[in-house]
Amino acid sequence: MDTDLRKKYWKENLKYLSILLAIWFLVSYGFGILLVDELNTIRMGGFKLGFWFAQQGSIYVFVILIFVYVRLMNKLDKKYGFNEE
Amino acid sequence: MNDVQIWTYVLVALSFGLYIGIAIWSRAASTKEFYVAGGGVSPLANGMATAADWMSAASFISMAGIISFAGYDGAVYLMGWTGGYVLLALLLAPYLRKFGKFTVPDFIGERYYSKTARVVAVFCALIVSFTYVAGQMRGVGIVFSRYLEVDINTGVVIGMVIVLFYAVLGGMKGITYTQVAQYCVLIFAFMVPAIFISIQMTGNPIPQLGFGDTLSDGSGTYLLDKLDGLSTELGFAEYTSGSKSTIDVFAITLALMVGTAGLPHVIVRFFTVKRVRDARKSAGLALLFIAILYTTAPAVAVFARTNLIETVSGKEYNEMPEWFSRWETTGLIAHEDKNGDGKIQYVAAPEINELTVDRDIMVLANPEISDLPAWVIGLIAAGGLAAALSTAAGLLLVISASVSHDLIKNVLNPGLSEKGELWAARISAAVAVVVAGYFGINPPGFVAAVVALAFGLAAASFFPAIILGIFYKKMNSQGAISGMVVGLCLMLFYMLKFKFGIFDGGQEAVAGLQDDWWFGISPEGFGSIAMVVNFIVAIVVNTFTEDPPEEVQEIVENIRIPSGAGDAIDH
Repeated sequence: MDTDLRKKYWKENLKYLSILLAIWFLVSYGFGILLVDELNTIRMGGFKLGFWFAQQGSIYVFVILIFVYVRLMNKLDKKYGFNEE
Repeated sequence: MNDVQIWTYVLVALSFGLYIGIAIWSRAASTKEFYVAGGGVSPLANGMATAADWMSAASFISMAGIISFAGYDGAVYLMGWTGGYVLLALLLAPYLRKFGKFTVPDFIGERYYSKTARVVAVFCALIVSFTYVAGQMRGVGIVFSRYLEVDINTGVVIGMVIVLFYAVLGGMKGITYTQVAQYCVLIFAFMVPAIFISIQMTGNPIPQLGFGDTLSDGSGTYLLDKLDGLSTELGFAEYTSGSKSTIDVFAITLALMVGTAGLPHVIVRFFTVKRVRDARKSAGLALLFIAILYTTAPAVAVFARTNLIETVSGKEYNEMPEWFSRWETTGLIAHEDKNGDGKIQYVAAPEINELTVDRDIMVLANPEISDLPAWVIGLIAAGGLAAALSTAAGLLLVISASVSHDLIKNVLNPGLSEKGELWAARISAAVAVVVAGYFGINPPGFVAAVVALAFGLAAASFFPAIILGIFYKKMNSQGAISGMVVGLCLMLFYMLKFKFGIFDGGQEAVAGLQDDWWFGISPEGFGSIAMVVNFIVAIVVNTFTEDPPEEVQEIVENIRIPSGAGDAIDH
């Protein structure tokens, strides 16, 4: 298999990973833990926003992140011809 | 026998019948079927099975209760036990599936071209899995004894027989399809009472929205504001703010996330699907199925906490509803009339407080406290058993595969035939069930404490070795082995020192050691430090030792490319 192609594929994969993991970190450790007091001054209905991110929001974002990753990678596999039947 | 008991018996019997039926239908005929269900499980089925595998008795019975007493701090479990799936899906599952072997020690052993590495990995897998499985068998016994009024030990034995039956007969194949059924049972049993109570308290049928909604009494007050008010009135911390330090919350969440991604019984589930893209997709589905319970649990916590305070606080003891005395006999709730006024004082100050509540009651008795119909109450037992049995089975399979495949076939007796290995797998599964049952009946005092620490151990040992194995082509065996050994030993040391106090005079000394915690991090969160140390040791040792052989670097190149995974499992 073409080594150049492999390298490019891997690089694009790593780029996706770093973006998605940055969001993963931001919603949980950022919004849910480090910035929780600041966000708690904002309200969303009955929820304080920091509390909501810690106990609800981060989990929803986690689910979305994985499905976004699945889509991105399926496309990437096709683009490089690494997809399987 | 009352209505609740009849319903409980009927629902438990029906669900057990279903599991046995599935076990007979899906017997394993080869080692490939026994270890990885033949490698052709659909992403949807694997997602459900992973969710059931993952959600243990602790998730089902204890988590909502823990959150209801911890308030905001409960978020460490919610984020910690879900966020790990992002790591799994993005960093581990696709590559391990492409690698295409049967166990986690398989990967460690081959990637680090070393029997020592494999044996170290087997050792880590056995420690993690045994501590975890003992807690599950105990959970089975407790559910039986509370709902069906059989002795805890009899309950454990019944649970053992059921697990023995489908794990030994069906291996991973049997376990996978029973776990799919168990997921359905447990999620139904968790959601139905939650929806009922949400409607009762806020008029909103979706619990996730309900606990942020206004009360249904027409006052226009938000439920969470009311609970914050009630909590501070009684001297507790405000529900929506925490009492743990930020650094500890951070460390515990990280340790749980990384530990989740490093648990062998979860990782091995991704060996059972056909293609790399199926592994990615089933990780997403698994988290979706898990999230249904994990986003409902904090709502249940708020409902149950508010309900409990309103029902008991300052009320006459003699006018307590029927459930109160029923749960008093199990010792899960107790009232001691300290000032002799016949009322229940429930406050934070220990010298005035008259009520002690076990956290498990928040899920177990919640439907009764809310006065729900008998069949809903009966569901809880079936759900709790499904959660405990599915996790126990997954763990037993890891133990059996570690022994029969990694130790016997790959280290001790490489000439073993396929048939012989299948028998070895069955026998080790059976032995593992018996050992787990023994620990369930005679729980060493430390089981409950150690289950939480199993995550720390997984984080400190497996996670860095696997990540480096995939993302750092030049990582060699010396580095990986020293990292795992140092990480594991450091974690064990910290645990023994600060959780069990063995260097300072035993369990009584533990509370006094809190000020000595390194960086203010609790033993539950220390896995994140041990993990970082593992990474550092591995990389440092690696720079001073020679590169891994060419063909190993070729393996790493190869697992990064998804195509060809279907064949990878057959060689």
